[in-house]
Formats: sequence, structure tokens, C-alpha cells
Amino acid sequence: MSEEVDKILEVKNLDVRFYTYAGVVKAISNVSFYVKRGEVFCLVGETGCGKTVASRAMTRLISAPGKIEKGEVIYYRDGEKINLLELPEEELNKIRGFEIAYIFQDPSASLDPLYTTGYQVVESIVAHNDMSMKEAWKKAIDMLRLVLIPDPEARVKNYPHEMSGGMKQRIVISIALSNNPKVIIADEPTTNVDVTIQAQLLDLLRKLREKYGTTVILITHNMGVVAEMADRVAVMYAGKIIEVASVFEIFKNPAHPYTKGLLKAVPNPLIKIEKLVHIPGTVPNLVFPPPGCRFHTRCPYAKDICKAKEPPKVEINKEHYVYCWLYAEKEKKKEIVVKEAKS
Amino acid sequence: MSDDVLIKVENLKKYFPVRRFIFSKDYVKAVDGVTFEIKKGETFGVVGESGSGKTTLGRVILRLIEPTDGHVYFEGEDIFKLKGKKLLEFRRKAQMVFQDPFSSLDPRMTIFQIIMEGPITHGMKIDDPEEFVVSLLRKVGLERVHLHRYPHEFSGGQKQRIAIARALSLNPEFIVLDEPTSALDVSVQAQILEMLRDFQREFKFTYMFISHDLSVVKYMSDRIAVVYLGQIVEITSSDELFERPLHPYTRILLSALPIPDPEITRKKKIKEEIVGEPPSPINPPLGCRFHTRCPYAMPKCRYKEPHMVEYEPKHYVACWLYEKD
Repeated sequence: MSEEVDKILEVKNLDVRFYTYAGVVKAISNVSFYVKRGEVFCLVGETGCGKTVASRAMTRLISAPGKIEKGEVIYYRDGEKINLLELPEEELNKIRGFEIAYIFQDPSASLDPLYTTGYQVVESIVAHNDMSMKEAWKKAIDMLRLVLIPDPEARVKNYPHEMSGGMKQRIVISIALSNNPKVIIADEPTTNVDVTIQAQLLDLLRKLREKYGTTVILITHNMGVVAEMADRVAVMYAGKIIEVASVFEIFKNPAHPYTKGLLKAVPNPLIKIEKLVHIPGTVPNLVFPPPGCRFHTRCPYAKDICKAKEPPKVEINKEHYVYCWLYAEKEKKKEIVVKEAKS
Repeated sequence: MSDDVLIKVENLKKYFPVRRFIFSKDYVKAVDGVTFEIKKGETFGVVGESGSGKTTLGRVILRLIEPTDGHVYFEGEDIFKLKGKKLLEFRRKAQMVFQDPFSSLDPRMTIFQIIMEGPITHGMKIDDPEEFVVSLLRKVGLERVHLHRYPHEFSGGQKQRIAIARALSLNPEFIVLDEPTSALDVSVQAQILEMLRDFQREFKFTYMFISHDLSVVKYMSDRIAVVYLGQIVEITSSDELFERPLHPYTRILLSALPIPDPEITRKKKIKEEIVGEPPSPINPPLGCRFHTRCPYAMPKCRYKEPHMVEYEPKHYVACWLYEKD
């Protein structure tokens, strides 16, 4: 335990709710995790599991009817501890986009159609730096070159509609990188693009991370992308984190029944699969989430205790945590291992 | 040999006119000279990136849109020449499941009406329509209580199952599945894919499975055609395609595919270099359409179109690397 984990961000007991006409949607409840300096941390889960809400809440990018109910987001800056949720708005504005930058899913929605792409890069540079417009334009062209946009001198004068989806996402990446941030939060950055473009963008993110040592929080639903990019993975289900582990552990040794189910549902083209296994049932309504473990309605191993009490955090081994009653008792754990070995 | 061929496509073309300036007329060449066969009982996969024309191909084969040129033979008959009763019969035998379950079901009709619309149009004799629809719903894992509900009351996966039940209602032989799971989560996707495979075993369906997701196509298909800008670049069995891809584009697609296994992806050191983006299908490049992005492009590729050749038994490829002039 003497090893100190070099954290850059830590989320503690985060709770976000949306006050809609249909009722209070408990989008994420009691979410805690930390991100190490320089790693790629993946938040993975299916539609509506709260991964986007969690990533946005980290810098308070939640607008009405959403509300951050409680929790802390600690940002470790050179030995300093800053709670981003309590920081005054002006202070937060200095961090957001400068030290913590975002890449959103839909590049055509995150770029303003009325301004040239070059101007939008310049805007983010000037907002955080004491720099003349002329210098900023020069830097913007350099940024576009960095994200491998051909002919950047001409491309800065283009409007978003003159570019393809992949190009636009490169512009968004260059905006995020323009201030050399410490953390990049990328929310499904490659969901709307083709596989060949996806491979290019992921490759670009990987290279830039190696070059600048940026910490990346990658939000995705694609297990293939996770396998390719992540150092550590947190799996979310119905507004909760259910398992956290290194990428190798998650794929080789998944503990939570949901993680196991998810991995069995993904076709791996390199392996002969007889049958894909789906997870029965549907994702619960988050206005009235099920009591106890939220996965118990679909879980093949559900017991009485799962319906009644929320599962505790159990350490499987170093840096592998799971929230599941199956592992809560040591004896039970052994039993399951034996059973699985038999089957 | 030719007995087990259900669909034969010959030099099929579909151009969509676009007006750029007042006098000039250009065409989007969505499907441009495609030839292949689909055998009875097999799943024929079609994979390509957005804008490659795979959806248009699926629609022309069902004659949902008229072709610019070429022929499609269904059980030996040219479907573009069918009229009246024979056309109606073809429409019954060949069904489609669309990509987006949110827009392929009429929001103002109940599930009962949606599923019965086809059988009524085709004048099928059904004694007890309600029982008939319920039995179909049961097949796709829905219940009697769902009978008189409207599409908005269902989740995406359930809607897609209703769309499948609608296709089943006419007792078809051939179903075009156009990205049936791309709007769904992986756990739901697995369920739909398994259901489709079960039906194929039970009813001996022939499928044409269209998708941009190579892993899903691999899982579902017996043979796969890779399309690029309206043309087929490679056709072979799905195992062969993954083991011995020939066309440079197929190789690039395969190496770009994220594999859900970190042990494999981290070892994969040599990656095919992927450059550029697909060119516009309006006035596509001359010669081989892939030459602008191809790492092996030769001068010849720029002006001369390659032909489909059988490089290895039952492994067809259109590339100058494998063709002698």
C-alpha cells in the first residue's frame, strides 16, 4: 500500500439528476473513480448508462434541468488539490478548455457553422493566452498541421460545411489540443465516422498523447476501441460504475456478470464464434431505478441480497474493483471460481 | 450448378442525377457496374463505408428503385420486366428490414395493423388474423399484450423485432437486411443477430446482409462482397476474406478494424498505412477508384479500370496487382 498512485483527477460520490416532467432521472448515482496522470482511461457502457453525464459533470458542463446533487471532482495540479465542483465560475473557465479540454461526439454540432474553422481554433487560443490575433492564426495553422490536415493554410479559411466528418473531427481535436491541455476528455470521438477514418483519428490521438504526455479520458461504447486504446477501464451500467480494472484484466478476467455479458455479445472476427450471447431484459428506467444492485433484474446470478442491498466495492486484486455481491464474501468467491472452471 | 443460384446480378448500375450548375448535369454513381450471384440459403454479406452505395444496391435488387442499367434475375426471371401478378409475387418473396426502426414503422398504426398490412395487400387467406399476428410476435419474443400498441411504446430493439416479424408475415424466401443492428446497443444487437440466424435455419431464408461493421458481417455471412464507391472490389467466403485478403482496400479495412481483445491489438505492430478519405461518388476517380488512397498504386491504375478476376478458386478480386493485361 506504500505505493502512491499519481492521480490527476478523482471523482468522489458524484450524483447527477435531471428534473424532467416524467420525474427525476437519476442519471448517475454515487460514481467514484480516479484517473492516473498520463494514462488513457476508458469509460465504457451502453446507451443511457451515464457515461457522457459523468464526463460532463467533471467540469460542471451540466445545464438545466440537470443538477449536480453532490460529490467532489478533485483536480490535482502540481501538488495543489482543487475541487472543480466548488470552484467559482471564472476560475473554472480558466481550467476548462485550457487544462481540461473536451472532444465531443458530433463534430458538426460542436463547430459553429457561421465561422471559419481557422477562426474557431484561433478563438480558443486567444481565450486562454496573451497573444495577438496574427500570432494566434499562425499557431492555428500549426495546430491543423499537427492533426494532419492537408494544406492547412487554405483549410483555415474553410467553413465547417466544406469539410467531411473526419476533417471536422480533426478540427475539433486541434481546438482541444491548442492549449496543450493536461487532460483531454473525448466523448465518443469516432462514433460518427467510418472505420478507416476512425483508425486514423485513434492513431492521431495515440501519437499526440505519447508526444505531450496528455491524460486521456475516452468515453465509448465500442469494446474494440477500448481494447485498442485503454490502459484502465471503468464499466458503467444504469448510472453506476460496476467494475474498474486494467484493460487486460477486463478482457481476460472480467468479474461483474454485466461485463462478462457485454464481452460475450461482441463478435470478435478473429475467433470462430458458435453463438453470441445476449443479456436478457432491458436497461432499467432511471426515474425508478431498481433497489439493491441495479443489474439484478437481468443478472443470471441474482440472489435475494442483490435485490435488497446495494453491493459493496470489492477488491479482486490490485486495481481491479467490482461492485457485486458475488465477490463480497471470500468463500462465495472460491465457489464461483470452481463452478466456472467446471463449465 | 446454376440451380442453387437464387439471385443473379449483372452489370447493375444506379446513377442519381445532381444539378450543380444550371446547364451541367452530374451523376452520383451510387452503384456502378456490379455483378454477383447469391445462392439459395446462404447469407451474402455486403460491407463498405458510408457512401459506398451498399444501401442503394440493396434497394435496387428489390426493385424499390429502378436501375439505370443492368439486370437482376430472381429465380431466373428478370425482375425489372415483371408486371402485375408476377411482380406482386416477387414483392411477397423478397422482403427488406431497414436500418432505422424508428422511421420504418408508421407511428400512426398499431403493431397489429403494421404486421397485417402486407398479408392483406397480397390477399393472403388468414382465418384468424389476431392469432396469426400473435404467433409472429411470439416468434420474435413479443407477447399478445403488445398487439394493439403503437411503435413509440417500444424500445429500439423491440421495434427492430417488429420489423422482422413484418418481413416474416409474408412467408418470404429472400430478405435484404440493411444494417439491421447499427442503431442498437451491442447486447441487443447480439439478440437480433441470433434471432435472424435461427430463422434462417428454420425457414431456409436467403439473406443479403448489408453493414459497415466488418465484425458483424463476418459473424453473419457465408460469403462477403467488399464495396468501394459503387463497385465490388472483392468477393469470397468470409473465412477466406479474413485469412487471405487480396485487395489493398480490404486489407486496410481489416487492419483498421478494432478487435475486442487487447492481447491481439497490442501485438499488431505492422499496420497498413491508411491515407486520405473516400473521394466523392460524383465524378469518381478514373481507372481503379481506389488508386487515390492505395499504397500500391501503379501508373496503370490511374486510367484503366481493373476487372473482376478469379485469382484463387472462388476468390474474386478487381485489382491490377492480380490481373495480367
